[in-house]
Amino acid sequence: MDMNQYMEMFIEESKEHLQAINENLLELEQAPSSEIVNVVFRSAHTLKGMAATMGFEKMAHLTHEMENALDLMRNDKLPVTEDVMNVLFRCVDLLETQLADIIETGADSTASIEEAVQQLNAIVQGKPLAQAASADNPKDGSATVDWSFNQYEKTVISESLNNGKNVYVVDVVLDSACVLRAARSYMVFNAYEEIGEIIKSVPTVEDLEEEKFENEFQIVLVTDADPETVKKTGLNVSEVASVTVHSAQELQQEADKAETEAAAATQASEAPAASLSTVKNGKNGNNGKSGETKKLSAGKSVRVDIERLDVLMNLFSELVIDRTRLEQIAREINNLELVETVEHMTRVSTDLQSIVMTIRMVPVETVFNRFPRMVRDLAKELNKKVEFEIFGAETELDRTVIDEIGDPLVHMLRNALDHGLETPDERKRAGKSETGKLVLYAYHSGNHVFIEISDDGRGIDRNKILQKAIERGLVDAARGENLSDDQVFDFMFRSGFSTAEKISDVSGRGVGLDVVKNKIESLGGRVLINSVIGEGTKFIIQLPLTLSIIQAMLVQVNDEKYAIPLTSIIETANLKRSEIKSVHGQTVMDFRGRVVPLVSLEEVFSIPRLQEKTDDSENVVIVRKGEKLAALVVDSFIGQHEVVLKSLGKYLSSGIPGISGSTILGDGQVALILDCNALIH
Amino acid sequence: MIDKQELEQGINDRKYIVFRLLEEEYGVEVNQVRSIERMQRITRVPRTPAFVKGVMNLRGVVTPVIDLKTRFNLGTENYTDSTRIIIVAVNDMEVGLIVDAANDVVDIETSAIEPPPEVVGGLRAAYLDGVANLGQRLLIILNLEKVLNIEELQQFNEVESE
Repeated sequence: MDMNQYMEMFIEESKEHLQAINENLLELEQAPSSEIVNVVFRSAHTLKGMAATMGFEKMAHLTHEMENALDLMRNDKLPVTEDVMNVLFRCVDLLETQLADIIETGADSTASIEEAVQQLNAIVQGKPLAQAASADNPKDGSATVDWSFNQYEKTVISESLNNGKNVYVVDVVLDSACVLRAARSYMVFNAYEEIGEIIKSVPTVEDLEEEKFENEFQIVLVTDADPETVKKTGLNVSEVASVTVHSAQELQQEADKAETEAAAATQASEAPAASLSTVKNGKNGNNGKSGETKKLSAGKSVRVDIERLDVLMNLFSELVIDRTRLEQIAREINNLELVETVEHMTRVSTDLQSIVMTIRMVPVETVFNRFPRMVRDLAKELNKKVEFEIFGAETELDRTVIDEIGDPLVHMLRNALDHGLETPDERKRAGKSETGKLVLYAYHSGNHVFIEISDDGRGIDRNKILQKAIERGLVDAARGENLSDDQVFDFMFRSGFSTAEKISDVSGRGVGLDVVKNKIESLGGRVLINSVIGEGTKFIIQLPLTLSIIQAMLVQVNDEKYAIPLTSIIETANLKRSEIKSVHGQTVMDFRGRVVPLVSLEEVFSIPRLQEKTDDSENVVIVRKGEKLAALVVDSFIGQHEVVLKSLGKYLSSGIPGISGSTILGDGQVALILDCNALIH
Repeated sequence: MIDKQELEQGINDRKYIVFRLLEEEYGVEVNQVRSIERMQRITRVPRTPAFVKGVMNLRGVVTPVIDLKTRFNLGTENYTDSTRIIIVAVNDMEVGLIVDAANDVVDIETSAIEPPPEVVGGLRAAYLDGVANLGQRLLIILNLEKVLNIEELQQFNEVESE
């Protein structure tokens, strides 16, 4: 059967389930409830089914093992401890890796799941993880064997115990001189089957038959006989060096005890550290339920290929252009009926426009929902206590912006956790509560979406930044004093600028805020910092609602029109010829004390000049690329417009320096959009 | 669709759109042609080779337009009432070709197409699939994939940016 057609669906749904598992596990960590376990269990179960159907055996295997653990949890046989949760989270990570591999190669992942499966088995057994890790080479052949009872075996064991039978784990060591080990083990099995029932062996019977073992193996025996008889039965077989018999309950107790000890030890050592980070979801208080509602709403929606939406957008912008034309014609002809019809059409198409736009909108939730998990892990790593709250996850953004905004946000959250928040000790000394607060807040305002990341940490020391900026020669000391806080904080966005005293594992590895800023600016957005010492820091990201429609300034050079994205424009100015200076043959202007090079669009784009310019002044648009400025010389400003971004077509897709795309103006003419970044050197 | 057309016409029969550049007649396979437009306003795109006239608004899609005469070094443009833009699609690429006139569709048997004669030579020969002799008329069959070869554009870009 050709599975390719189902692949996309499989990937999408797997992503959803993994996300759901992640969220619910976080919830579970906070407030264990069998209801949530059930939800997680169901997701894991569905995932298993899907993976198995698609033939991704490794994924199916791992989810199956997870299911075993969750099933125990569901029946209150497995406590929700930190260890258990860590293992489950690790499994989710692995599943994500597997899914990523599947997306990339279309084939089952090659990522190793052995360790995770072993750990899962260990927690199912109720053994401490430390032991599980060394389980593959049992030293004394006793209790440290990696036992994994499946559901059936567990039932058999518990029923046997209830029926008054004994369950033993028998450790058989063959004589080192034994030649036919497989045959010998078979004889041991035979001997035991006479006095009881063997429900499991390690290694498996198949491995024993193929001599895939050293000289030692274990069996789990259900029998009426007493330990002594069991021991003798084994020793009666020749070439058996020793037989050790443990009762299964005994093993269980030992394991439990060891785990409690280990847990106590961990707690003791981690006591001052984060016991658990608290993660709250601001608006959907109860995630267990939100998982359910999400599922319901998913049933009512339709997945649409983003390319089809692009086509729809194209068709629509065509309509908008015709509409503008019709309005113009109607005005000229001045026929009342025509004017009314056109007005009505305008209203309808405006509504239609907003619908088309909203189809492309996706709630920021799709990006935000991976953060609680990340914050939890990071807080643990940094030994910090943090309460993480998300507000406004339902705020919608254009799909293209959503895809790009994830990385910058990750970076800023990491920053806030690492540099912003203090350690619990520090916080106590500062008279704050031990648990820091980290808030991610998204909201709409006008034509923009704002995303705020705020912490109640130590705040940014203005003087420290300034000092660093002076050291690096970014500003001189005298002038620095007069800078506003905003201007000082802005230094933090300079490349390579870091005030972190020590480079930690989490941040300060060279990928600085400058990268974040560039990314956000490339999306047509801005970043601002507000910070008060001792009270905390707030990063405010302003993003456009959509990338496909931007605000632009239309300018004219001779008879050619160009659109300059408003986000790169600082201001426009009229420049007297006498104000134009020359430095090394480069014309420059003075812009509030800064020397800014003039860039003639006419020259750069070799625009044919039909009539000589006679004005005694030049119109310039001052644009920026990061910190650098340039003044683009144009003939005239046409004005500010909302323009629909269009590509130049595949034939010209190799890129034209200085041009980032095109748009269609109201009169149907194509205007090119300038790429200011390429024009500033 | 193509298959169906071919079945109706017989396997060896193909339809060609005939257009004119100066005095010569050219043909492009009809299934590569999207539409034929009248000359309209074209926005110049700076920093592209001379034969790239610019981009035009083709019912809401910004479409690149190239001047075939300039492309083939056949002299300068001279747009008249009969000038047409043939919108062709090759490898997902939609491009408008400016030609002097486009006015005919003909059926040509594949066997009637001969390899380009040596005399045509030079630059143009590289863009030809062959020549079809239709009694009185000689039709030059274009190889659009070669005409729209992007690599040449990229080379231009590289030279420009140096």
